[in-house]
Amino acid sequence: MTKTLDRRIAAPPIHHAWAGALALLLLACAALPAFAQEAPDALVKRVSEEALQIIKTDPKVQAGDQARIRELMETKLAPNFDFDRMTALAAGRAYRSATPEQKKRLADEFKTLLVRTYSGALTQYRDQRLDYKPLRADPSATEVTVRTEVVRQGQAPVQIDYSMEKTPAGWKAYDVIVGGVSLVTNYRDEFTQQVQAGGIDGLIKSLAAKNSGGAAK
Amino acid sequence: MIATAVANRALWRSLALTAAIVSLAGCAAAPSRDDPFEPMNRASYRVHEVVDGKIVKPMVQAYVDYTPHPIQKSISNFFGNIDDFFSFVNDVLQGKPDKAGNDLGRVITNTAFGVLGLIDIASDAGVPKGNEDFGQTFGYWGFPQGPYIFIPVFGPTTVRDGTGWIIRGYASPISYIEDISTRNILIGLNLVDLRASALQAESLINQAALDPYTFIRRSYLQRREYLVYDGKPPPPKDDEQ
Repeated sequence: MTKTLDRRIAAPPIHHAWAGALALLLLACAALPAFAQEAPDALVKRVSEEALQIIKTDPKVQAGDQARIRELMETKLAPNFDFDRMTALAAGRAYRSATPEQKKRLADEFKTLLVRTYSGALTQYRDQRLDYKPLRADPSATEVTVRTEVVRQGQAPVQIDYSMEKTPAGWKAYDVIVGGVSLVTNYRDEFTQQVQAGGIDGLIKSLAAKNSGGAAK
Repeated sequence: MIATAVANRALWRSLALTAAIVSLAGCAAAPSRDDPFEPMNRASYRVHEVVDGKIVKPMVQAYVDYTPHPIQKSISNFFGNIDDFFSFVNDVLQGKPDKAGNDLGRVITNTAFGVLGLIDIASDAGVPKGNEDFGQTFGYWGFPQGPYIFIPVFGPTTVRDGTGWIIRGYASPISYIEDISTRNILIGLNLVDLRASALQAESLINQAALDPYTFIRRSYLQRREYLVYDGKPPPPKDDEQ
């Protein structure tokens, strides 16, 4: 491969642009599988460690700067979640009968709510330790549960499990289960209730109102 | 009564945890099945919001803000040691000798060498804290959870768990203290300590929930199911297509 590449690059000037493009393409091809193949447990560990590192060292986060924390959420954590699937799971039947436009608005509002909630949660992070459990899954599996555990001095440890799926863009989480409490399941009750009261548009409206309501309870 | 609040400790702590960790984040059981008394419970919840918001929470917040941290920690440890004792009792009732040995070891170590449980030496030595109670034992024995109940100030429970907490309330060493004022002070401190441990979780729920009543109910029921099965609950029916 490298030899071919060398020969192409060494080709007459007229081919330079083309050779450059090919080199880039080859690089991209080499890099892409490596990225996509990051194992789900390795992904959880890397992202968690990076985020924890920032929380511990970033002066703005330390000072409780919500905008900075939200930015961190958006750039570091959010890309590793499949918000469409989370929304589909939480909204259940109502989601399946929704229009693409409604689906998109619902997923957007849900994402905003989750990011806001967890931005708030980040500021409360204290000196806990995260343990990463070995992944027990078939290498060919496309759905896995990555298990982690929060160890806190003097308290029972709490498990945080991530339900993850393999996508063309790498592994993505579609549920988080904290101490047995599934986020998606919690929201399913909430969403069902809102849909019963005001249909899918009612649900979207409630979420939007919640998101724009500042610190509303 | 305290017992109900004790019941919530595990839930609140775990929720507080969500709040404390870097993490982002199915199946809806028919609410009518889990919560046949929903109208009554919602009324209780509204009473709770007022009483808690106007009286209990400000008091507890003052305790958290003005009590030196080591003292708060010692108070938590003291009541945690009693929790460990009941963990041990319930390990035995569920026939789990390994966990029983672990929890009994914690109680003996912390009571004897940790100034009656004020210092959690066992955790420092790497013996993890257990988490069993009478409600879980009844579940382990196969009793259904029964209707969900929300009690003002004390929080969410079920018939099964509530029965457990009543037994626990009567059996607790604190209820055997002869001196009434000492006993009442300890009961009060226990409640304050529990409520304090729920402050973070509460702010998270208010941030996350469209309807905190529903959110708390589903969290509580999921958490209890998980604990009954020691972290391996049967898979939920998935509604996804």
